[in-house]
Amino acid sequence: MSKLYSGAEIVFKCLEDQDVEYIFGYPGGAVLPIYDELKNHSSIKHILVRHEQGAGHAAEGYARSSGKAGVVLVTSGPGATNVVTALTDAYMDSVPLVCISGQVPTHLIGTDAFQECDTTGITRPCTKHNWLVKDIKDLSRVIHEAFKVATTGRPGPVLVDIPKDIQFAKVNYSKPKKEKKTNGKLHNKFSQNEIDELLSLISKAKKPVIYTGGGVINSGPKASDSLREFVRLIGFPITSTLQGLGAFPGDDNQFIGMLGMHGTYEANNAMHDCDLLINIGARFDDRITGKIDEFSPNSKKVHIDIDPSSINKIIKVDLAIVGDVNEVLQSAIKNINKKKNGLKTSNKQNISKWWEQIQKWRTKDSLGFINSEKTIKPQHAVKRLYELTKNQDTFITTEVGQHQMWAAQHYKFNKPNRWMTSGGLGTMGYGLPAAVGVQIAHPDKLVIDIAGEASVLMTMQEMSTAVQYNLPIKIFVLNNQYMGMVRQWQELLHEKNYSESYSEALPDFVKLAEAYGCKGIKAQNPNELDEKIKEMVDHNGPVIFDCQVDPNENCFPMIPSGKPHNQMILGPNDKEDNKITGKGKALV
Amino acid sequence: MVKSKSAYSIPTKLGKLDTHIFVVWVDNEAGVLARVVGLFSGRGYNIESLAVAEVDQTKNISRITIVTTGTPQVIDQIKLQLKKLVPVHKVADFKREDKKVIFKEMALLKVVGNKKKIEKCLKVCKSFNPVILDKTKLSVVIQITALRREIDKMSKKLKPLGLTSTSRTGAIAMTRGAEVFK
Repeated sequence: MSKLYSGAEIVFKCLEDQDVEYIFGYPGGAVLPIYDELKNHSSIKHILVRHEQGAGHAAEGYARSSGKAGVVLVTSGPGATNVVTALTDAYMDSVPLVCISGQVPTHLIGTDAFQECDTTGITRPCTKHNWLVKDIKDLSRVIHEAFKVATTGRPGPVLVDIPKDIQFAKVNYSKPKKEKKTNGKLHNKFSQNEIDELLSLISKAKKPVIYTGGGVINSGPKASDSLREFVRLIGFPITSTLQGLGAFPGDDNQFIGMLGMHGTYEANNAMHDCDLLINIGARFDDRITGKIDEFSPNSKKVHIDIDPSSINKIIKVDLAIVGDVNEVLQSAIKNINKKKNGLKTSNKQNISKWWEQIQKWRTKDSLGFINSEKTIKPQHAVKRLYELTKNQDTFITTEVGQHQMWAAQHYKFNKPNRWMTSGGLGTMGYGLPAAVGVQIAHPDKLVIDIAGEASVLMTMQEMSTAVQYNLPIKIFVLNNQYMGMVRQWQELLHEKNYSESYSEALPDFVKLAEAYGCKGIKAQNPNELDEKIKEMVDHNGPVIFDCQVDPNENCFPMIPSGKPHNQMILGPNDKEDNKITGKGKALV
Repeated sequence: MVKSKSAYSIPTKLGKLDTHIFVVWVDNEAGVLARVVGLFSGRGYNIESLAVAEVDQTKNISRITIVTTGTPQVIDQIKLQLKKLVPVHKVADFKREDKKVIFKEMALLKVVGNKKKIEKCLKVCKSFNPVILDKTKLSVVIQITALRREIDKMSKKLKPLGLTSTSRTGAIAMTRGAEVFK
């Protein structure tokens, strides 16, 4: 008879078989047997966070920068409820997470026991799938299935709830069988006909644009290579969503910047005026489309996505190709190369006028801002940070708000998996713990959280984690003393009634850094900025950088809600001030 | 259009609402009904009626029949979203007007009254396969199977004749002919 293993041992056996190296977690009563077992498994390192939300975001940062699933271990009740924000965040941004939570013993479930909550009930709408394991015999199968569900198709978070008695119970363990049929949940269903139709649309287009999203990143680094090859082959302009940044080099001439609410003038106008729109791995999010009725009114639309439910959800498309981005692009590239009659050259002639138009839009310089010699402009700070770090392989995370948009606009990404930001859920407090996870995955790389002072205070406790594991993350705080994006909307939409968006009594971030046992740096004027950024980058340890910026700066360009892409508000350099009126106001 | 499609977009013109019947084959496991129903409530879809029971005991398959209304776009979304759920095996959807599909609901009706009234009731029910499940001097429990709107009509007719209590199932569906939905 083969050896019997306890549930806790089986958890680790499964994690080992899934090649898990790190788990992010926080102990508690209902997971103690699993924590007790930790010492016997040297290949798995546990990262102790300071709050379960931090564990979730750290695992997200780990997953997004490494391409592997992030693993989270939390206790029952508050442990599980604290991780809900991170699970929802991962669900919205399609990040593969496997969350293991402890639960009260089976016989106590439903009795309102101490630290009991209906974990699977609470997390059902924010996970791809979840399981409550009530029989030890199911445990290994469930954990392996959990990894499969999290990482295949459109990735996302899953949760396995394990009652304490199951962690003690004993059973045999058998290694997972290789590749079973996945119940039709893998979607690579595109046909040659669809690829042919795509090529025919490409060859006919006079004003095309490619719009890429996080799906390219999720498809793996090879997909980004394929995208570059594909885009260069056909010579089309390319724009990207917030999540897709880095899939195509940000400093390439064919890249026309990010699109959407705070996208560039050229990208949004190209979206509006184009006659062919190729969406690759994006989902027509409402921050992208603006007013749906007037979204890209004259274009044929193609949508390449692995998730069939993304297609026709918001925008009706003319050609849907359901499949993995890399495989679709590879197939398209092969077919273009086969047609030796020179689709490549004729294409470029067809669209030369379109490129002229785009160049005209580019001259607007919509990301421009009026710099100052007295105060640090936040855009200037991000630009300097980019210039001073672009020569090394830098990983950027962000919180949510103005600083996030400035980072997206002014920091240029050349590789996928270097940019981790909470786009779908918009979780303030994401960036710091995410940076912890990124640094765990890439111990020798430079990891910077471009933060706002309001956001970063939401998960500041994770600095303690960074110090404990000597993770040299750099928290670059654009400190404007306001919840900047809230303040901006109040300025534009609520007659400058800055209701509760000013933070009084902010901590002294330098002293705060010192209290955590790391380095604090403060920059107050533009002259000292470069030198201080260098000091931050060169410091071998975690840093909180308090960059005191102009508190009144707004993030432009901007499409007000309820407006189409060709009605943007440009920055102070642009004279025609486009005010948001009546109807649009109700929509934000 | 259902409100919750996007929190920020403009509620554009309402499209034409169609009634559809979804048949969903699922693994009969804990929480599976909550997943399906939670999908509907979470995304703001309607449920007009719901019927669910295990249909294959060896494979543990349950069959859920849901009647819902929505624009063609929403109906399409419901189908695609249902297919994404892990325990869902297949999803069929039929228009209510579809002639190739049989839809049936069952109702139990309790009528309290004198002999005359009860006899009148039975007469009214005649065309809907009435089965008398229980009869006393003062009451009768009748089972009928019919379409939803027919049962609606019946209830109205029986009210003045002493109908005191109604219990109804959701609709269930089956395609006509030898074909089986795959």
